Amino acid sequence: MHINSPKFKANVTHALADTRLQKALDFTRPSFAGRRGAAVANLPEFEQLRDIGRDIKNHTLAHLDFYLETWAANVEKAGGHVHWCSTADEARAAVLKICQDAGARTVTKGKSMISEELGINEHLEKHGIAPVETDLGEYILQIRDEGPSHIIAPAFHLNREDWEESFRKVHTDLPADRVFNERRDILTEARTRLREKFLAADVGITGANFLIAETGSSVIVTNEGNGDLTQTLPKVHIALASIEKVVPTLEDATSLLRLLARSATGQDFSVYTTFSTGARRQHDLDGPGEYHVVLIDNGRSNMLGTEFQEMLRCIRCAACMNHCPVYFTVGGHSYGWVYPGPMGSVLTPSLIGVDKAGHLPNASTFCGKCESVCPVKIPLPKLMRHWREREFERHLSPQSSRTNLALWAWFARRPGFYRLATRIGAAILGRLGRRKGRFQWLPFASGWTDGRDLPAPEGETFFARYAREQREKNS
Amino acid sequence: MSKHIILGAIRRGLRRGPLPEDQAMALRARMTAHPRHLIPARSRVPRPEQIALFLRNIEKEFGTFTRVPDLAAIPAAIADYLAAQNLPTDFAMAPHPELAAIPWSERPLLTQRPGRAQSTDLVSLQHGYAAIAETGTLMLPAAPERPTTLNLLSDTFMVVLRASRIVGAYEEAWDLLRAESHDERSGGFMPRNVMLVTGPSRSADIESTLELGAHGPRRLHVLLVDDDPTALA
Repeated sequence: MHINSPKFKANVTHALADTRLQKALDFTRPSFAGRRGAAVANLPEFEQLRDIGRDIKNHTLAHLDFYLETWAANVEKAGGHVHWCSTADEARAAVLKICQDAGARTVTKGKSMISEELGINEHLEKHGIAPVETDLGEYILQIRDEGPSHIIAPAFHLNREDWEESFRKVHTDLPADRVFNERRDILTEARTRLREKFLAADVGITGANFLIAETGSSVIVTNEGNGDLTQTLPKVHIALASIEKVVPTLEDATSLLRLLARSATGQDFSVYTTFSTGARRQHDLDGPGEYHVVLIDNGRSNMLGTEFQEMLRCIRCAACMNHCPVYFTVGGHSYGWVYPGPMGSVLTPSLIGVDKAGHLPNASTFCGKCESVCPVKIPLPKLMRHWREREFERHLSPQSSRTNLALWAWFARRPGFYRLATRIGAAILGRLGRRKGRFQWLPFASGWTDGRDLPAPEGETFFARYAREQREKNS
Repeated sequence: MSKHIILGAIRRGLRRGPLPEDQAMALRARMTAHPRHLIPARSRVPRPEQIALFLRNIEKEFGTFTRVPDLAAIPAAIADYLAAQNLPTDFAMAPHPELAAIPWSERPLLTQRPGRAQSTDLVSLQHGYAAIAETGTLMLPAAPERPTTLNLLSDTFMVVLRASRIVGAYEEAWDLLRAESHDERSGGFMPRNVMLVTGPSRSADIESTLELGAHGPRRLHVLLVDDDPTALA
């Protein structure tokens, strides 16, 4: 997928002025957080399960080589094939080769973020194979040639008018004056159109929410059933999975599944949770004749042993972005690549470099909501702070902010000067702003005052007031 | 080649070589024991309440059910359900011996076609392997007598489930599969495919508003056979 993260600031300016996007964001925000809240309130053990989820993932990551080898051996035992790919190039080549060996002309696809990361669609198209996205949201994005703006609700930024407009444009064999009375009519048209594609496809490509070492299974979780049709009807099934998806046992996966749907959509459990293990057995009446897993590293192993290792616990539920004030102001596309929101602000610099994605970890208010809802307790604000440090160390941040930070640091390391300077500043600002209680404009602070007023200090610093109250209390 | 690169990079990150044999043995022992983690208390209730929890969750997830005393009552229950929904009376049916043993001839107007589902099938009937009360979830492992397409291609998806096969938590359903299933290909217990199904297909992709019947069935109807005397309240 094309990288637009360096243009984050321009993307944000654009997003703030996009009234359609802002309408969709306002419409969606309360329901995302509300649904999760209701599901969590219904399961008293949820907090304990978060600790368990974190521990399962930590245990697996500490023995990742062992569990991957065990998983791969069990895939082969069940008649499947594992393709180890350390780079995106290798993974694209592996997928293309499997499709070409199958003589594939069309390929159906279940929703997969790693497929976006690798740019599988573009690669297949370049080689004359037509990929068809079958998740409803991904289908309309493919029609409109847009990327997903959210990792589980990829097209929530579109309004009903956008859907109708796009369907009229591409489903040209249907009467142009047909009426979409309700959302159901849009859904039915997509269902009919995609059913034909499911039946015609030679290969089905899905992602994987988990890999299970014990059994050699891959697991997908969907509500529409498109992932299951994708992996059941064609003669070849390819599952795309990154290395951190593996867990030891069915019981481990089960505990994580109790967290996943509740954190994601606020459902107790997704409609379809499906475990695939190898290819069609001898007497089976359906199922794919070949089962392949393309196992992808693409930079993840580099995160092990660093302060970013904890990010590899992520199970891609989207709770962090669903509760993020920044995400719901700027939308998913502003982040400029596959993974938006807090998890993207940590993961994207790891995968494409902090030189390209440095704006993302800076786009946080550090309110901490993301960490408080993360089902595997990833300390997202702390990890974003690590990226800010790395960016600073590598001299990637702009000169003005470096100079100001250096100035601030000089004072911060000299508490006497710091208190003196803040006392003088607070006193002056307090006097100047006494009448209105706020400033509409201040020199060097237009970045703040352009958008809102700066409250005037009341003349005393925190330190001064604290010291005074202590004195008063003791006297 | 890439396998060694990936494993090498992982071990560099973890600052060690391949796992020493004693540690590998401990991890293999953990997989063999496959310990359970915390199981929510909601399904740890007496048997009749467990069945009631399952049925409540089926309805919560937009499914429906009919409770019948025995397999012989299935044809009438299906005929009534299909008539009430104004649906055709022919359906694709899992070629499972339990379903074949149902006295279908008593309802000559129902037509069953044993086998996998075709895209033209409006109605299908599946054999329920087990079910999980915790969330109203059906466990449907693939087998020659339980084709996967039956779960997916029809508009209306019916499942015959015996009450004795309802368990509280997912872990208990895995235990059933571990004990009863044998896969010749892998030598293990996992069949090619295990679907856990919770309600009919749905999507909220259009304006974050839930609509039933996205790509899979629009309706899910459970025919619950009360074969478990301890389950009757």
